[in-house]
Amino acid sequence: MSEQLTRRKLIVSGLAAAGVSGLAVARRLAARYALIPPDSGGIYGVGETLTYASQRLLMSYHSLAREFERSQISKVIPVNGPPPDNDTYQRLRAGDFQDWRLTVDGLVARPSSFSLADLKRFPSRTQITHQACEEGWSFIAEWTGVPLSYVLNLVGVSPQAKYVVFFPFDQSWDSLDMPDAWHPQTLLAYGMNGEDLPTPHGAPVRLRVARQLGYKSVKYLARITVTDTLKNIGEGLGSYSPEVGYSWYAGI
Amino acid sequence: MKHSAVVRVTHWITAISFVGLLVSGIAILLAHPRLYWGETGAVGTDSLIDLPLPFVLTGQSGWGRYLHFLSAWVSLLTGLVYVVSGVLTEHFRKDLLPAKADLSLTSVADVISNHLLLRRPTEDETFQYNVLQQITYLSVVFVLFPLMIWTGLAMSPAITSVVPIFVTLLGGQQSARTIHFFAAGALVLFLVVHVAMIFLAGFRSRIGAMITGNAAVRKEHA
Repeated sequence: MSEQLTRRKLIVSGLAAAGVSGLAVARRLAARYALIPPDSGGIYGVGETLTYASQRLLMSYHSLAREFERSQISKVIPVNGPPPDNDTYQRLRAGDFQDWRLTVDGLVARPSSFSLADLKRFPSRTQITHQACEEGWSFIAEWTGVPLSYVLNLVGVSPQAKYVVFFPFDQSWDSLDMPDAWHPQTLLAYGMNGEDLPTPHGAPVRLRVARQLGYKSVKYLARITVTDTLKNIGEGLGSYSPEVGYSWYAGI
Repeated sequence: MKHSAVVRVTHWITAISFVGLLVSGIAILLAHPRLYWGETGAVGTDSLIDLPLPFVLTGQSGWGRYLHFLSAWVSLLTGLVYVVSGVLTEHFRKDLLPAKADLSLTSVADVISNHLLLRRPTEDETFQYNVLQQITYLSVVFVLFPLMIWTGLAMSPAITSVVPIFVTLLGGQQSARTIHFFAAGALVLFLVVHVAMIFLAGFRSRIGAMITGNAAVRKEHA
């Protein structure tokens, strides 16, 4: 009996040690390959990490979101929330965004700022994609813009870069990991359904992230920062969303 | 029939994670309690069904989605253990696959009439599944749960960028959402009947059997 107990103790403590060191190894590997989302704390973080890590491990970084026909473009496209009501945005809007500049800084070789005309001169991409709101409704629209990857190449992203952070004229800042930042369908969009991007949809320029829910496609862009850590931005959770209870990763 | 340890443990973990999925699923649904068919749908477009529920936009779909995915992972991993073990131990073949004879119309009708007449099972019947139970459990494990996973993944823009047929086969993202809702409804119906039958068959003994594995029924009836 006592022998059995000793053996059992041995096996249990052996398994526990293996488990603990296994977890430690898993954590290091996950951190090394960027498999842990910034909002990985707490019990819900376990599910978030499993979802994010398994998608990043199993999916191609460049798999393209489905694209649709012109005839499938939705006639009804609801909008959540009004445009920013601060003076800066209202003044730029009153001037047809002639004075608007998109600043790109952080871990880049050539910090820059671009006017709307600059962005429109760059090679553009037009895509008709489906967007679902986290609430449950969805629509299909055509978006035109410059691929974010083009701008990132232009400013020269440092090899240390891990995230690209987007600051709009309101509080809804967000960030993307490098796979989504370099993704060919990730656009700085200035056109929608063949026209200039309407104000309620994020004028003058909004982000388009085709493989995530709508709230990741930040509207009313003002500044883009490339960084290796999200810890000192906001509450350190990667975006405004987790600060108000919504997950950072919305590939779902 | 004695429930194996794997069946008992996975049963209760699944039960807990199902409650998590249900509560969080309702929280998410309440942000937009309308169902559509096809790729798209929003307020202002034709709906398939307007559920008689209020639109609730108090942020509950945020924690709802966190809890939904945590519960989904627990449920999925537990389900994998259960299915692999059920195949290896031949639990499915021996206990849940209906015998040919039981599938005849008369014997199925017998079981149904026993149910409708609210006849309590005889002692022997308590120790093996009847054909209705077998079909129901097999449908839950091999049809409804896989359908929930499929339709859930079909709503993910990241997943469908890799496997577009997940969503195109269903007729679109909103169709996937609608099927997800109805399959969830079928699982809730199963849960209600399942729990009702536990009460009818003897709550304490059935719950005891699923906790300890000991089938105490024999003594109780003796």
